[in-house]
Amino acid sequence: MFKNMYNWIDERLDITPMWRDIADHEVPEHVNPAHHFSAFVYCFGGLTFFITVIQILSGMFLTMYYVPDIINAYYSVDYLQHQVAFGAIVRGMHHWGASLVIVMMFLHTLRVFFTGSYKAPREMNWVVGMLIFFVMLGLGFTGYLLPWDNKAYYATKVGLEIAGAVPFLGDYIKELMNGGTIVGAQTLTRFFAIHVFFLPGALLALLAGHFFMIRKQGISGPL
Amino acid sequence: MAHKHDPNEKIVFIGDSRVRKRDYSNVTPPDYTAFPGKSEAFIPNFLLKEWMVGVVVLIGFLVLVIAEPAPLGYPADPLNSAFIPMPDWYFLFLYQLLKYPYASGDFIVLGVLGLSGIPFIALLLAPFLDTGKERRFYRRPIASSLMIVSLVAVVYLTWVSWAHYQHELEATGTVPEHIEREIKAEEAVAKGLPRPIPGKEKIPAMVAADDPAFTETMTQAACIACHGAELEGGGGPALRGIGDVLSKDEIVQTITNGKGDGAMPAFKENLSAEQIDQIATWLSKQKAEAAE
Repeated sequence: MFKNMYNWIDERLDITPMWRDIADHEVPEHVNPAHHFSAFVYCFGGLTFFITVIQILSGMFLTMYYVPDIINAYYSVDYLQHQVAFGAIVRGMHHWGASLVIVMMFLHTLRVFFTGSYKAPREMNWVVGMLIFFVMLGLGFTGYLLPWDNKAYYATKVGLEIAGAVPFLGDYIKELMNGGTIVGAQTLTRFFAIHVFFLPGALLALLAGHFFMIRKQGISGPL
Repeated sequence: MAHKHDPNEKIVFIGDSRVRKRDYSNVTPPDYTAFPGKSEAFIPNFLLKEWMVGVVVLIGFLVLVIAEPAPLGYPADPLNSAFIPMPDWYFLFLYQLLKYPYASGDFIVLGVLGLSGIPFIALLLAPFLDTGKERRFYRRPIASSLMIVSLVAVVYLTWVSWAHYQHELEATGTVPEHIEREIKAEEAVAKGLPRPIPGKEKIPAMVAADDPAFTETMTQAACIACHGAELEGGGGPALRGIGDVLSKDEIVQTITNGKGDGAMPAFKENLSAEQIDQIATWLSKQKAEAAE
């Protein structure tokens, strides 16, 4: 039945080449941990993506309860943590996943760096990868404020002071992020919008580019 | 269909259709022969193996999630001057770097641009800086040693920052808020009380509100400037119900010598010992039970 459905769609949209591009490619021996255990270092990229998917899914569930305003933000997180069924698990996954995704991404970056995989012709993929890294750090920074407890508030205050120290542009960046001159109600709504819409949008676009390039160029050869 | 046709034949669109009929019978993806050795298909063979690695990671991750609930402190209070700021762990190296004299104050531009901005831009543009053909790291001494030095620096700075934070906690006798909150919640639940929600606790009513200790001495000492006109709290904590938390002697101590590095100022210069005793006696009567 599935075959018939597939054929029905394929006749109309010609999806076989797309499917081939995604699925039908070889994985060479030197990156396969089943053949060489040390090749597990090649898993970090895939694991980063895996955790990213967890982050997106858990984040989608968190927004069902989270309220981005300074009166209710903290209490909505508290409610989520203590009253909602499995809320502590979902929030825990998002909290710890945020750290784990940084760890995995860092290990992936080191693997690419020390195997020299960023060299021609893969320069563009490295640059896109580094942009993903910065977007992830941005997600970490903006997400840290959202529970609106003291730790979140003061870390953001310090972070924005650092951003304000950038010459010439610093004050503008700081004011743009703050939504004014202090860390307050506007800052929280801005960070929420950046964390939930702007940066994930950028992240998905960059990931698409990252994966398109790795498929087009294939994985780097053995050393 | 009125007429029979070959079921294996693909529909060929005509007119403005942009879907072209192509023959895929002998297309080999270009990379299938790129490397010698035991290659295998990505789907499903390799993906299943990678999924096994993923499952191991997922189980470890879920164990962490269940064992360590995500922390939550007290609601943000912009007037809290005693709070020790703490960014998330992966920003600590930057936080620590910008505390050093040559990276802060008058040199903040050097710190932000020179020591943080330029290395990050160099990392971003690494393939255009390290353009040699050699891929092995031990044949690329400059790139590799720069990376290793940066790694050591990041690990060191993170460690120093964390050690300094622990030291500060110890020096000020602070328990991190999310831990303190957890302990208080556990205590309340053990006593059979509902789990307290910070900032939403019901403050007990004032006991003996017409006592001169409050109407005269405390007003004169400007206690209400921080603790609120009804002692409901403000810059300082609420004092209603304080008798359940502190003993009279502890209250005398607090008023005389202050608390929290000057957050609560010392009043030994402004108030006589009798006045302090008078206030402490009255405050120690502020118990939830007495207020009912």
